[in-house]
Amino acid sequence: MRLELVPRGDVSPWARVLAPVAAVIAAVLIGGVVIAVMGRSPAAAFQVYFVDTLSESWGLQEMAVKATPLLIIAVGLSFCFRASLWNIGAEGQFIIGALVGSILPLYTAGSGAGFWVIPLALVMGALGGLAYAMIPALLRVTFGVSEILSSLMLVYVADLVLDYLVRGPWRDPKGFNFPQTVNFDATLPFLADGGRLHAGVLLGPVLVLVAWFVISRTLFGFGVRVAGEAPKAARFAGFDANRMVLAAFAISGAAAGLAGVLEVLGQIGQLKPGISSGYGFTAITVAFLGRLHPLGMVFGALVVALTVIGGESAQIALKLPLDLTRTFQGVLLMCVLAADALVSYRVRIVTMARA
Amino acid sequence: MRTLFKVAGAIAAGLATPAAAADKLKVGFIYVGPIGDFGYSYQHNQGRLAVEKALGDKVETTFLENVPEADSERSIEQLARTGHKLIFTTSFGFMEPTVKVAKKYPNVLFEHATGYKRDKNLATYSAKFHEGRYVQGVIAGKLTKSNTIGYVASFPIPEVVSGINAFMLGAQSVNPAIKVKIVWANTWFDPGKEADAAKALLDQGADIITQHTDSPAPLQQAEARGKLAFGQASDMIRFAPKATLTSIVDNWNDYYVARVKAALDGTWKSEDTWGGFAANMVNMAPFTNMPDDVKKLATDTEAAIKSGALNPFKCPVVDQDGKTVECKGGANLSDEQVLGMAFYVKGIDDKLPK
Repeated sequence: MRLELVPRGDVSPWARVLAPVAAVIAAVLIGGVVIAVMGRSPAAAFQVYFVDTLSESWGLQEMAVKATPLLIIAVGLSFCFRASLWNIGAEGQFIIGALVGSILPLYTAGSGAGFWVIPLALVMGALGGLAYAMIPALLRVTFGVSEILSSLMLVYVADLVLDYLVRGPWRDPKGFNFPQTVNFDATLPFLADGGRLHAGVLLGPVLVLVAWFVISRTLFGFGVRVAGEAPKAARFAGFDANRMVLAAFAISGAAAGLAGVLEVLGQIGQLKPGISSGYGFTAITVAFLGRLHPLGMVFGALVVALTVIGGESAQIALKLPLDLTRTFQGVLLMCVLAADALVSYRVRIVTMARA
Repeated sequence: MRTLFKVAGAIAAGLATPAAAADKLKVGFIYVGPIGDFGYSYQHNQGRLAVEKALGDKVETTFLENVPEADSERSIEQLARTGHKLIFTTSFGFMEPTVKVAKKYPNVLFEHATGYKRDKNLATYSAKFHEGRYVQGVIAGKLTKSNTIGYVASFPIPEVVSGINAFMLGAQSVNPAIKVKIVWANTWFDPGKEADAAKALLDQGADIITQHTDSPAPLQQAEARGKLAFGQASDMIRFAPKATLTSIVDNWNDYYVARVKAALDGTWKSEDTWGGFAANMVNMAPFTNMPDDVKKLATDTEAAIKSGALNPFKCPVVDQDGKTVECKGGANLSDEQVLGMAFYVKGIDDKLPK
């Protein structure tokens, strides 16, 4: 006996919308059982994990702050993934974007330079990420190098470049030789008093709308989709495959670079090792969680952000171990992916009768 | 109807939190690694448990583990806004986030380990780990046959660099021909990477491994090859019973209990604490797997440092290029010179990553 996945004929759009909701409910039920087995109250955990975070302005703001870099990177990556190009190196592009974007804030720190530094820094950050993404893209179009490997390996290069700069030339001279730059003056303004909701958060929705428009309403977006779904058809239709590679990598690199500089200027305020905490990799999850659809990725980024913040609250309020909150994140992701699969396919049990 | 629910809810909430709980001081801890690293974060967590044991009825403690440093501001604030009145952030990378949250919550007391920025409600504390490194150096200098020591280092920050130097000075005091090879693992906790670093060092002829990373992996590599090694942050002998010579044990227990008591009494002040053997913030685990004369030498060295008769950074200290380092602390290098150390002493065959 074995199981087989059979594609369903036509799937109602409602099923697609309701699938993630059902997945969240299933994950909560599974998590509740685990928590009950551990001898804690599932109701209290649910309250702390979801209700408290979602019902307080602080929790919502923090979710937006956490989700923003994930969303921006994922939106960029969706161009690559839709075209079946596997840019696994957004983490590196994020870091290089943060570095290049930090040049002006670093050298103007303490000089009283005006607000003009910030928009320039954002543009430079995006260009930095773009340029860094061009390396795997050019390697692929000129030598046929697998972009999966080259983009991934470049993450470690970026990490070490950051390391070198904050320990060497960019080190804070008054910082007792600790690896970090001075604090920048050119940081993004906050949108609310006392919170950490910085202006960069606004760019997320804007980029979502732009991406949606480009993918669904422009010839270029059509080319991206065709390149991914039917590469031969794309070639016959006259789309240049190499140009597609360069364009998709440029977009995702620029988005990751922008996310990097936003994180530094909006959240951290200086350069130091480990500025990313894995955003470039988590964003891959977010992209597929959102089925590469701009609005879906908003949902994906918010869910991931919620699990991080809710997980922390659960550790604090209920003294639940970190491993459990991480496990719950995993269960949630598995449920969302499973629900997605079950909407498109049905499971058929095949008995071992030989034909 | 809804009002009724609200009232009922309020009563239930009131019953759920007895008045006594409200009087307890909530103390929070932020760890950079998992408490199961059996090294650095594990020892901090031992300190938290010591607080619970000593002051159990007066305090409630909470911890967050494995907190990424650049993303820690939210985690620290989570503790501050959930009623924690004293918060320990236990790794250097938490410095700027702690400073920011401390400004925002002036009524909450903060303590940051191994940093240098203080505020009215933000104290700093660290330990003189380098004292233990000196003792290790003396042992290694006596026991090595290949005259080559392998050093698994984390990041070239002053704490690590001063540890390397103290180790070398201790080793040179008994064995001028000794060489120290360094591999930068660029991590505090990554058993795989740490093990690889130790393997590379053993392959290069090191017969004793010492580490400034937090997992027992380098020790276990030495054990597997029949070589010797030192444990880090906690007594790691259970991971390598034949290889372990001793471990530098961080002891935060007394400090944490004292500071929590001070917060309870209202005598807490923002200050900088930097203690070593004498303050009982650093201990040596039992000296094992070595002959008695080396054991005695190690015990004497530890006692001399503890009494102040011996300072690992006694002047003159000569740097890698043969220049004598300016002596700003009278007979020894000053605290500032050690806390900001960014040079190697003579004899270390490595370039400091710049």
